[in-house]
Amino acid sequence: MSFTSLTASEIARKIKTKEFKAEAVATAYLDRIKTLDPKIQAFNEVFADRALQQAREVDAKIAKGETVGPLAGVPIAIKDNMLIRGERCTCSSKILEGFVGTYDSTVVRKLRTAGAVFLGRTNLDEFAMGSSTENSAFRTTRNPWDISRIPGGSSGGSAAAVAARMAPLALGSDTGGSIRQPAALCGILGFKPTYGLVSRFGLIAFASSLDQIGPFATTAEDAALLLQVIAGHDDRDSTSINQPVPDYSHFLGKSLKGLRIGLPKEYFIGGMDPQVDKAVREAVKVLESFGATTRAISLPHTDHGLAVYYVLAPSEASSNLSRFDGVRYGRRAKDAKNLLELYEKSRGEGFGPEVKRRIMIGTYALSSGYYDAYYAKAQKVRTLVKQDFDEAFKDVDVIATPTSPSTAFKIGEKSSDPMQMYLSDIFTISCNLAGLPGLSLPCGFSSDKLPIGLQLLGRPFEEGTLLSAAHHYEQTQQWNKEAPEIAV
Amino acid sequence: MSITKKDVEHVARLARLALTEEEKDRYTTQLGQILGYVEKLSQLNTDNIPPTSHVLPLSNVWREDKMEPSTAQTLGSPEDILSNAPEREGPLFKVKKVIE
Repeated sequence: MSFTSLTASEIARKIKTKEFKAEAVATAYLDRIKTLDPKIQAFNEVFADRALQQAREVDAKIAKGETVGPLAGVPIAIKDNMLIRGERCTCSSKILEGFVGTYDSTVVRKLRTAGAVFLGRTNLDEFAMGSSTENSAFRTTRNPWDISRIPGGSSGGSAAAVAARMAPLALGSDTGGSIRQPAALCGILGFKPTYGLVSRFGLIAFASSLDQIGPFATTAEDAALLLQVIAGHDDRDSTSINQPVPDYSHFLGKSLKGLRIGLPKEYFIGGMDPQVDKAVREAVKVLESFGATTRAISLPHTDHGLAVYYVLAPSEASSNLSRFDGVRYGRRAKDAKNLLELYEKSRGEGFGPEVKRRIMIGTYALSSGYYDAYYAKAQKVRTLVKQDFDEAFKDVDVIATPTSPSTAFKIGEKSSDPMQMYLSDIFTISCNLAGLPGLSLPCGFSSDKLPIGLQLLGRPFEEGTLLSAAHHYEQTQQWNKEAPEIAV
Repeated sequence: MSITKKDVEHVARLARLALTEEEKDRYTTQLGQILGYVEKLSQLNTDNIPPTSHVLPLSNVWREDKMEPSTAQTLGSPEDILSNAPEREGPLFKVKKVIE
């Protein structure tokens, strides 16, 4: 039995009972990273010595009989857009090369208190802008199921790390699907909580009204364990909701009898991969076997959601990324002759093409003369998208859809056509616009052994319902237990 | 919606982005395609629809006007912060002349 084939919950239990030493567990994961990551390229940096030190501290505390947190000794990988004090944080961008975080983001602070061991920082599309992790300035992460293919994005590094069992848990961030889509393409569970549930303090912002941090795991039990640690109000994030966090583990065994599932017709369109359609419909039947019922519903503004997102997200990003100006941190152009050149060259050289595209779209949409036609209009259509869900949730409790219209595509296949890439977000985006919780769970494979994900969307703050559905599904379908074989 | 190279240059200047000629040409085409796609929003009637700037029923989240623990604990010490500076002089960030 290898530590790296265990779940986080199993590891946590056996470390507490002293059956396992945290240092042995951390060593096993670090060894696996050393073996596999040269092929997978999930990590921007591995914290080898610091991880072992954290693990030793957990063992010392347990030996002394001190109380330890719920994730004591459990290794976790962190997407490289969340600040860890004393560690570099790059957002996979040249503009932040060398930047060192001066404080812990709230999620990292909570993980520290919980006793987690930080394995390293994972690769992403630059500034979380992308659906394939190909926009990273540093490396292209590969899908562990087929290394000629993308892992999805923007949290591709975190998803690949968990799929390849280089980490039992990882954190990602999701603005338009960046946790759910890579989870689907890599065959693991990925969860975007309700907007406002998890603090964004210390998350380098992309789109402030859409971003949320959430867990990657291989089981619903593990996702609940991690969500429990990171959820909760934070004074330092004025967009975090101030209400008590429920006990998520309590929901896992909750019966699905009478759960009403809606299948929106707009998400089961022609042109979708038929194998994806089939796997998702069969997965819904499994939920029915537990007592859930299904009905067809309509979310009429689905088609416009993508257009709303590609106005609002770049607009918010153009504002958030204006802080990267070469003045206080990050890359500063060497040959600037005056202040304007300092700004223009630092940013022109430091940002990659996708980031520049989005900053420009956002700047255009917010500029004088265009603001009403683009930004203000998009905000109104956002209301229509949200209203679709409010209406639907009067008749159903959960909405089931495919997470992605296709399985993982080949590296380079869509990277020369931005619009093509944007269309891969079509099923995940509306959830962010409406601020709802959403998860993707593995529900099968294509004939070429590529993972397929089922997406479940819930009412605001009903994470428990989604976890319950995922947990029940896992009892009879073992897709989540399959791990890729990676030739080295 | 066609966007011209002049529009791209204008937007790049607003966004403080230096672009090569090749980039300007490439982005003119690509931005044109993206803006063309988002035009579909104008098809929808949004009269009397309020904008959503924020999904939660939260507004004006204030804190008490009292002293908080030092920001060194929250954001890092001045020395930590200055150590990320591309150029510094003592406790100050050094930049090009701001006012001519």
